[in-house]
Amino acid sequence: MTNVLLSAKNLSHHYASQVGCIDINFDIYPGEVLGVVGESGSGKTTLLKNISGLLQPSSGSVKFDTRLDGLKDIYLLSEPERRLLMRTDWGIVFQNARDGLRMNVSAGANVGERLMAIGARNYGDIRNEATDWLQNVEIGLERIDHYPETFSGGMLQRLQIARNLVTKPRLVFMDEPTSGLDVSVQARLLDLIRGLVSQLGIACIIVSHDLGVMRLLSNRLIVMHQGRVVEQGLTDQVLDDPQHPYTQLLVSSILPV
Amino acid sequence: MTAISGEQKKSSRLKEKTLDGYNFAYLDDQTKRMIRRATLKAVAIPGYQVPFGSREMPLPFGWGTGGIQVTASIIGIDDTLKVIDQGADDTTNAVNIRRFFAKTAGVETTENTSDASIIQTRHRIPEAKLKSDQIIVYQVPIPEPLRWIEPREEETRKMHALTEYGVMHVGLYENIAHFGKVTTSYNYPVQVNDHYVMSPSPIPKFDNPKMDEMPALQLFGAGREKRIYAVPPYTKVKSLDFEDHPFEIESWSECCALCGSSSSFLDEVITDDKGSRMFVCSDSNFCANRRAKGHKGPGLPRKFEIKDIE
Repeated sequence: MTNVLLSAKNLSHHYASQVGCIDINFDIYPGEVLGVVGESGSGKTTLLKNISGLLQPSSGSVKFDTRLDGLKDIYLLSEPERRLLMRTDWGIVFQNARDGLRMNVSAGANVGERLMAIGARNYGDIRNEATDWLQNVEIGLERIDHYPETFSGGMLQRLQIARNLVTKPRLVFMDEPTSGLDVSVQARLLDLIRGLVSQLGIACIIVSHDLGVMRLLSNRLIVMHQGRVVEQGLTDQVLDDPQHPYTQLLVSSILPV
Repeated sequence: MTAISGEQKKSSRLKEKTLDGYNFAYLDDQTKRMIRRATLKAVAIPGYQVPFGSREMPLPFGWGTGGIQVTASIIGIDDTLKVIDQGADDTTNAVNIRRFFAKTAGVETTENTSDASIIQTRHRIPEAKLKSDQIIVYQVPIPEPLRWIEPREEETRKMHALTEYGVMHVGLYENIAHFGKVTTSYNYPVQVNDHYVMSPSPIPKFDNPKMDEMPALQLFGAGREKRIYAVPPYTKVKSLDFEDHPFEIESWSECCALCGSSSSFLDEVITDDKGSRMFVCSDSNFCANRRAKGHKGPGLPRKFEIKDIE
């Protein structure tokens, strides 16, 4: 059996008197895609921030399998170590691509930035990497020196994915990667994410309220309701045979096409 | 000269030359002490920007208030001051700051680089090699080299502390991607002593190599942004670059029209409205010294003729 990549134990977060998420437990293994679903306000994004090092949880632990020392609590790492982890082994794809990109530098520089941040100092190599990755995410090479402002919503999201995957992370966090895109663009993006994830063997934690997205991408599913995990299991199992009343409600409220 | 007669000379010179009702070199002693403390810290941590309580000066921010405050707190009655602006001793900014210190501190002033003990500068480092008993004070408009890419002060401080300087190369990457070469020509970022990335103030990149292992102490004052930083003598200063696009300085196809120098930084001067131009040394003192020694350049440009553009 392979080692756990990321492990959350008894994770809770409170915003003053408000509840973020309560008592979350899960493990994720290398190459696995874990989906987190739930309605707005159910604590999905709080959970994602907690486990991606952006927001320290009120209690509980988040451990990550670091390359050097094995499983370590990310909030007990020193700040330089945690920041290094965030720009090498992790990737974070934001719901709003503008949050994850530098809008005032070209697409190529956006992709190359993470390489430069870990010490790449050869322009030719950086340029080649950027070219490869733009091809991987189906952005035309004639756009490499254009500014992200001139890109469409779908292209921005694909550029953000390229920017994150360029350092070959082992774990990528995605917060609603397809929301705000129209259906055909969504389909293409999903196809792309699915291809890249399986091809590179990247583990992925995807937060979404879209069950269709989850069915397509994730191996396992966590269902959240009012800050708690109410059900978890294999995606098909959860979606085809929901046990908890809230999951049943969620599955039955998908609009038929 | 004995200590006593030195003191007498000093006090008589102070009475004679400085303005009544003002402290020596304008700033009050508490302020000078505060600035000296900041300066000492800056020298101890090469390239680190030390915050200080910048004062109102009798000229606007942006005209060299940071440099003036640093100079005012390190200058003594025995110092000889040189002030340059864009390399020249006779431009408005230089003339006024020199006169300011002549009036308020009664110090000797000079235009000759090798005679000066303190050189305050805007936009240039003199061509003559500086010595270990000299101090050069730079006027700095924006001290933070990371500012254009990272607007948050909290974040830039963290990046400095952790030497996270990958983003500095994003700027250079952009230059090469759009223009085929690094086009940043002034305020070219440097890394000091293998740690802090520092803005060298808006000097041309031609002057960057002079900062490396310079025998003189280099002090930087930013009045509006309230920062002081420093490069101690004989400290490594490296301009950022890519392996396959190494750092390069400007070069010119012509020599100085007045002194014939081909190794100094040249300004292009338009001489009429018909397209004639000449190149002259930006360091006026360097050029004058060469001419005094008998060097001659090609002189004023010949008349512009139509065949020049054909």
